[in-house]
Amino acid sequence: MLRTATAVGLSLLLTLGTAQAQTLRFGLAEDPDALDPTMGRTFVGRIVFSAMCDKLVDITPDLKVVPQLATEWTWSDDGKVLTMKLRPNVVFHDGEKFDAAAAKFSLERHLTMAGSQRRGEISAIKQIDAVDDLTIRMTLAAPFAPLMAQLTDRAGMMVSPKAAQALGDKFATAPVCAGPFKFVERVAQDRIVVEKFEQYWNKDAIKLKRIEFRPFTDNAVKLANLKAGQLDIIERLAATDVAEVKKDPKLKFASIVELGYQGITINTNNGDKAKSPIGQSEKVREAFELALDRQAIVQVVFNGEYQAGNQWLSPSNPNYDKAFPIPKRDVAKARALLKEAGVANPVVNLMTPTTGEQQQLAQVIQAMTKEAGFDVRIQATEFASSLNLAEKGDFEAYLLAWSGRTDPDGNLYNFVACKGPLNYGKYCKPEVDALLDQSRTTTDIEARRKAWNGVAKATLADRPVVYLYHRKWLWAATAKLSGFTEYPDGLVRFANMTLN
Amino acid sequence: MLRFLVRRFAVMVPTVIFVSMIIFGLQQLLPGDPATALAGEERDPEVIAHIRAKYHLDDPVPMRYLRWVGGVVQGDFGESIRIQQPVSQLILEKLPVTVELALLSMLVALLIGIPMGILSAVKNGKVADYAANAVALWGLSTPNFWLGIMLILLFSVELGWLPASGYVPPSEDLWGNLKAMIMPAFVLGNAIAAVMMRHTRAAMLQVLSSDYIRTARAKGLVERVVIFKHGFRNAAVPVITLGALEFGQLLSGAVLTEQVFSIPGFGKLIVDAVFNRDYAVVQGVVLCTATAYLMLNLLADIAYVLVNPRLRA
Repeated sequence: MLRTATAVGLSLLLTLGTAQAQTLRFGLAEDPDALDPTMGRTFVGRIVFSAMCDKLVDITPDLKVVPQLATEWTWSDDGKVLTMKLRPNVVFHDGEKFDAAAAKFSLERHLTMAGSQRRGEISAIKQIDAVDDLTIRMTLAAPFAPLMAQLTDRAGMMVSPKAAQALGDKFATAPVCAGPFKFVERVAQDRIVVEKFEQYWNKDAIKLKRIEFRPFTDNAVKLANLKAGQLDIIERLAATDVAEVKKDPKLKFASIVELGYQGITINTNNGDKAKSPIGQSEKVREAFELALDRQAIVQVVFNGEYQAGNQWLSPSNPNYDKAFPIPKRDVAKARALLKEAGVANPVVNLMTPTTGEQQQLAQVIQAMTKEAGFDVRIQATEFASSLNLAEKGDFEAYLLAWSGRTDPDGNLYNFVACKGPLNYGKYCKPEVDALLDQSRTTTDIEARRKAWNGVAKATLADRPVVYLYHRKWLWAATAKLSGFTEYPDGLVRFANMTLN
Repeated sequence: MLRFLVRRFAVMVPTVIFVSMIIFGLQQLLPGDPATALAGEERDPEVIAHIRAKYHLDDPVPMRYLRWVGGVVQGDFGESIRIQQPVSQLILEKLPVTVELALLSMLVALLIGIPMGILSAVKNGKVADYAANAVALWGLSTPNFWLGIMLILLFSVELGWLPASGYVPPSEDLWGNLKAMIMPAFVLGNAIAAVMMRHTRAAMLQVLSSDYIRTARAKGLVERVVIFKHGFRNAAVPVITLGALEFGQLLSGAVLTEQVFSIPGFGKLIVDAVFNRDYAVVQGVVLCTATAYLMLNLLADIAYVLVNPRLRA
């Protein structure tokens, strides 16, 4: 009797121990916003969604679209109809069946819900039909090539119609999706807890029992918690901490170049502030770019961890245009250009974020361009205020990062198209708009690359944005973690991850 | 006493109303548009328009103020635009954490500050006095953020004795809760203890040189009674004032300490809300802490009367 009790007790302890061991404690760089795929805005929110909400399609680390909740798809010849076959035997966390009607509901929710953040991403869809139980058809007003890429992210996430209807705009308080983990609880600014969903369609690939996401806004604190064993993995490790992590035998390091970029947006056409020398003269902008040594910037400010770049895509992206390599620093030519432009010492007011790293970056830019004759004046501005000033055109140059999208269009259209909502400098060239539209209406990648080549030719000479570098997603984790794969979108796929 | 209380309450009501106006008014002066700040990276114009309409951002300020106050009176503090949870729920989640941290920090401050202040006054000019002053100077001049990180590196990373973060409610695990709170409470309490010590010392020195202390000693009373019953009781008034002020400040959230130890209290909540222009959260939390501050002042006034009956008049 006693022996049996001991055996039961021991096995119970072992089970508990394993369950404890398979709890992944994930350190996020900030607290996510609303946990509703339709309303979510933040990057960290997307990390949490990748545990809870499966999408119609996913990407591979080399950006190929692969099946997730949709198993196959076809485009009509005119590029206006996308038909998708859905995965059978999939259920949502509340036990509701995932089928064509549920997919139609989710997509329509993204398109029509008041305040939806997804509407703009998939607004090309004009009609959604459930052809049969497991087939869905999306009809577009005009061909829109970036649609597939949008469906690999939040716009492709499926939510339980029953829960969404019951909770309405309170869905974020108890989200119900069809991903590997289901929502347990959220304490704002403290933790978000999810646990393994036993009816998940791919449950054998899920080794973790539970994930606790915890926000840490300070990098040093986040890393200290990892080292103290309070966390198992942290995202967005500071570039300056990489060396420390690499030499710690108890930790692992992982990194991959991001999809986004860091650049300087120049006000060339938005109000009075566009009337500055750098806003008005292409020669001054060229001189500014020639005064910069991007490799040195990456080396000095980011310990060489990031990748220098000169386009909206990083040089390692398959769609990077090799016809336009990173220009070499040429101070003499920069000076000559300024002389030609008739402004030997142009003043450039550079609006920057207030973070230490970005301040350092601005100072390096200031020092480099000074050698060519520029007088860069740094205006450190708190983020929400800087956005306001940017929209009003109350800036000359704005140091700004973009997190990046899978489809190159997501890094380009909104920034350089005449009516692009993020085109703060109001750069506008009808021929660029025509090329951008062309790149959207064909799914043939070579034809798209040809159009982007035209865009590159115009915009890299006009320089509405001077691209500087591409960050890397940097992760540090306990050496006990295995099965982690880096993806350039910075998100985490939890399948096959395990703690030994 | 009752009249005193009624009078004080009568003054508090207009003060709270005035504070609510100031909070609301000052917030309108913040640069940057909440709708833009909260519209996400894409800043879709339709989303911005929706946020403006849903949170009545286009209404005149007085109308918005009245709508907010109307809600607050009925216990509805509005909804966080950023995470779409009711502000009252956020306040209820954070308030116990903040109160606990404040109480523990005050406990640390009192346990260190007052005995050290008394000791330093009694042993004026001796080694103990200098030592206490040196400790106080250390407490005053160590930045919380630095001390916090150092404690984490020592006790969590190197020794592994205490968790670096991870708040557990005392109802779930009292020991776990204390283990998580001890370092932040020490960091906060340490700085306040230094101020307490200096004030206690100054007040005690003044009291100990008064005539009635000399009389008490002349009566042949034991030194302990002279110091604690006759001395400290009279020196306590300025210390109570200081304690109430410091405690009030702790209740408004200790941003840096909360950040270092990842304690989910008011400080982190309010800073995030300010940067995201999450107006409803800022207003709710500030109103809540301002009210707590007023209540503490009232309690301090009551405490004066209790330790010093002459103030009852």
